[in-house]
Parts: sequence; C-alpha cells; structure tokens
Amino acid sequence: MSSAIELHINGQLLRVTPGTSVAAALYLAGDGSSRTAVGGQRRAPLCGMGICQECRVTIDGQRRLACQTPCTAGMQVESQP
Amino acid sequence: MKRDVDLLILGAGPAGMAAAVAASASGQRIALVDDNPATGGQIWRAGAQAPRYPAAENLRAQLAAAKNVECFTATRVIAQTGAHELLLENPLHSWRIGYTQLILCTGAREVLLPFPGWTLPGVTGAGGLQALIKGGVPVRGERVVVAGSGPLLLASAASAKAAGARIECIAEQASLASLAAFALQLPRWPGKLRQAIELFDRHYQPHSHVVEALGDGRVQAVRIRRGSRLVEIPCDRLACGFGLRANTELAQTLGCAIEAQAVVVDNLQRTSLAGHFAAGECTGIGGNELAQVEGAIAGFAAVGLLAEAQALTARRRHWQRFADLLKRHFALDPELKSLPTADTVLCRCEDVPYGAVAQQASWRQAKLHSRCGMGACQGRVCGTAAEVLLGWPTPTLRAPFVPARVDSLLHAAALSSAAPTAVE
Ligand SMILES: Cc1cc2nc3c(=O)[nH]c(=O)nc-3n(C[C@H](O)[C@H](O)[C@H](O)COP(=O)(O)OP(=O)(O)OC[C@H]3O[C@@H](n4cnc5c(N)ncnc54)[C@H](O)[C@@H]3O)c2cc1C
Ligand code: FES
Repeated sequence: MSSAIELHINGQLLRVTPGTSVAAALYLAGDGSSRTAVGGQRRAPLCGMGICQECRVTIDGQRRLACQTPCTAGMQVESQP
Repeated sequence: MKRDVDLLILGAGPAGMAAAVAASASGQRIALVDDNPATGGQIWRAGAQAPRYPAAENLRAQLAAAKNVECFTATRVIAQTGAHELLLENPLHSWRIGYTQLILCTGAREVLLPFPGWTLPGVTGAGGLQALIKGGVPVRGERVVVAGSGPLLLASAASAKAAGARIECIAEQASLASLAAFALQLPRWPGKLRQAIELFDRHYQPHSHVVEALGDGRVQAVRIRRGSRLVEIPCDRLACGFGLRANTELAQTLGCAIEAQAVVVDNLQRTSLAGHFAAGECTGIGGNELAQVEGAIAGFAAVGLLAEAQALTARRRHWQRFADLLKRHFALDPELKSLPTADTVLCRCEDVPYGAVAQQASWRQAKLHSRCGMGACQGRVCGTAAEVLLGWPTPTLRAPFVPARVDSLLHAAALSSAAPTAVE
C-alpha cells in the first residue's frame, strides 16, 4: 500500500489512502455535504457517477465534481457554504 | 489545439475498452475518452475501496500494450465544433479532436425518481452508493436501506455489506411472481445464476417501494410500502435507484436516431449516422457481458474486420436474450408515478417542485415556466424522472454539454465566429 495523501478540506488537514475520491474526503472530514441548494437545504453527492452535479465543489480554485475527482497531495477543497 | 484520430471511442467502460482492443489490431490511430479518472466504466470502477476485476485488468493490459491506442481519462465532451469534430476538456486543457469514425460507448445512468425527502443528505442512488463506497466513502457500522428496482440493488447491498454496513432492507418494486419467473430462467446463464445466489440477501423484499425519506438535515428513517402495509425503518443511508437509463443524449445531439430510449444500431453496431457506431448500454440496458460483445463487434466493424465482427453475433444474441428478460421482469409499476407529491423537489439544480412541472403540457413548457432542467445537470436527472412520471421525451443537450471552464467556452466561441486557430 502506498503512503497516505494529505489534502485540505475547508481548511482542515485530512489524510486519505490513494484512490480516495474527493466525495469520500467530504465524508471523512465532515458531514459529507457539498453545497447549499437554492432553497437553503444542504445537499450531498447523489449519483456518484458524474451525472447529477450535486457534488460540485471548488478544488484549487476550479469548480469540479467531487465524485469524479481522486484526492491528490496538497489539494485545497472548498465545499459551497 | 487540434488533434486528429482515425477512430474516436467515447466511454471507457466494458464496451469502450472492448471496442478499443478489437480495433487496435488495425494499426489505426485510436483515442479512448472517458470522464472518469480511470477506465472501467460503471462496473469496473477504480478507487480506494474498489475490488480488483480480472476481466478489466486483462483489457487494461491489452490497451497498455497497444501503441496506437491513447487513453484520455478525466476528459469530457463539451461541444460539437464541426462535422466529425468535438471539443474536449480535462482538468488542465481543452482541445478539439477530429475523427474519421466514432464509437459511442456512453453507457447508462441510474433512474433517480423523486419522493418526499429524497434531497436529504444520506439519500443516494443505489448504484450511486456503490460507486461512492468504491471511492472510499465510509459506511462501516451504518444502517443502510436499499430500494428501487433491478439486479443492481443486490450488487449495491453486497458492496455496502463488504464495506461494513448493516443492510436493514432491500425493497424491490417488482412483484414476487415476476421475480420468480425471472429466477426460473436464470439457469440459461449459469454465471448469472451463480452471481444471484452469491449476492442474495435475506432482507430482499419484493413488491416494496420507498414512500418517503424522513430526517432533520440528514436521512434518519425511511417509510416503505410493502404490498398494502406501510413500515418505517430507521437508517443512516437510503440507496435508491429505479433501474438504468441509456445515456443517449450525446448520440441524439450528434444526429443518431434514438428509439425506445436507446441508440438505434444495426447488426454491425452502426447508428443511422454514417461513420458513427454505438455499443454497450447506450444501445439498451443489457449488463457488462453484452456491452463487451457489442463493443468488440463495433471495434472490428469500424476498422473493416467484418468476419471477426460477424463471428460474435451468436454471443451477442445469447446476452441480448438476458437483457430482454431483465427488461420484462423489472418493468416499473405504474403505481410509482405517485411517488412525488406536488411540493416534492423534482429539479434538484433549481429547486423546482414536481407540481409546477406536472401541470405543464410538455418539457419545453415546463422549462419556460419553471426553470426545470435549466441547471447544471441539464435535466439528466429531472428530465429522466419526467420521462418516467409524465411520459415526456428526454431533452436534448445544449453546448456546453456539461459545465465547462471559461477558457474552453472561449475556445468554442472563437471557433463558431470563424476565428483562425483558437488558443487554449
Ligand atoms: C452506478 C452503476 C453501478 C453499476 N454496478 C454494476 C455492478 O456492480 N454489477 C453489474 O453487473 N453491473 C453494474 N452496473 C451495470 C453496468 O452499467 C453495466 O454492466 C456495464 O458497465 C455497461 O458497460 P458500458 O461500457 O456499456 O457502459 P458504462 O460502464 O456505463 O461505461 C460508460 C462510460 O462512459 C463514460 N461517459 C459517458 N458519457 C460520456 C461523455 N459524454 N464523455 C466522456 N465519457 C462519458 C461514463 O462515465 C462511463 O465511464 C452498474 C451501472 C451503474 C449505472
Ligand atoms: S454525485 Fe452526482 S455528479 Fe457527483
């Protein structure tokens, strides 16, 4: 097993095993939610496969899908407040 | 930047991988594109908690050995920029790709139907939960309810169990009679029978469907209708999917004929559009075995190896029969049309309630009056739900087909205004 990857989720340091998706990192670091809907509800990944766009977060300044993005070292992930 | 290939294959699941391997012997320049970070598609998904699949490893090794096949993962199709030309984007670049022939292997997605509470965190698709678990979402010690329809429910429950979750219930909407008739046919596909026996779980309940997810800020319980009884099951997660729907939007946008929610193909997997083939679940839901055979036929046919392609038709027929069986016995009960109430959110991107959409005459009207389907997913979730609930045809895509970066969009805009060479 290769060594752990370190990244930041909403400023919090997290260590994960290689192959972990950013969607999983959201659960490992917090409640797993990714964004706030128009009506104010928190939302979390739904389809897990790049279709629903519920998991969109900001990764190193870019909007990306958490479910289709593997964690890499030094990544800065911000969920939508 | 623009690159040209002889053969472009979109989607690197079982169909796309088999197509690339089959076509590689020709020596043609082949590009295999997929929006996931690795090849494998839905079933052979890679990830921190994903098992190893020998069939996938075998195809991956053959692809790696083929010098004329280039794999572009984490790469999306943003727009059509000309005849036989698409705009692609990965996390770093965007570029145009020109092709002589194209094989669409875009697979299928889950049918996600709205019901009260389905927007609560903790509610996912059934295959969706399986995919999230493979990516490392922790479920150890959690109570999971799986619901919806199709063989994927058992596969998803098995993945959750293997990751340490406790299965509280697997609610399958199909009737016991229908499931029994399905099971009696299974010995014709011994591998499938073995799989069904391996995956079977004592919490499996036929003729049951979810009615409501309950919880404050997160799912805490699920209400399930079992025949005429209503039961409430406390849980930490609900994984709910009502079968699969072919990803036909890209094919439709390019101009391929679509019928019965699938890309129309002939015996060599040719679509109605010259130079364009389709294989795997975008041509109809049939499982990974059928997807692989179809992919190989398309790959051989695209490079002119017709005898090799034709040699596979008997195998395709064998697996097509299995696909027909699935379709027949897991057909959705019309009663499910009453899952959402008028104030259940249908369009999750724009928070549009079902009632605001159902009172319109068509998808177009609904979009005009409610913003339904106008959000980031372009109706891939709510449009599919409206297709099931209201019988409306699915919407076509508009460019960008998926949310894209500004630099990619400028690239496309520069092209459409006929500027010379657009930069990245
Ligand atoms: C969530 C989910 C889980 C599943 N789990 C199982 C299972 O455990 N066992 C089982 O037997 N079957 C499972 N299936 C069924 C499975 O889909 C088929 O058995 C098989 O994977 C179909 O192969 P395919 O190559 O046709 O399509 P897929 O495997 O769906 O592959 C299509 C690929 O194309 C990509 N793609 C689609 N559109 C584009 C585009 N525009 N640009 C770039 N890439 C694109 C997709 O991301 C995907 O990687 C699952 C299906 C789903 C939806
Ligand atoms: S969870 Fe649906 S796109 Fe990521």
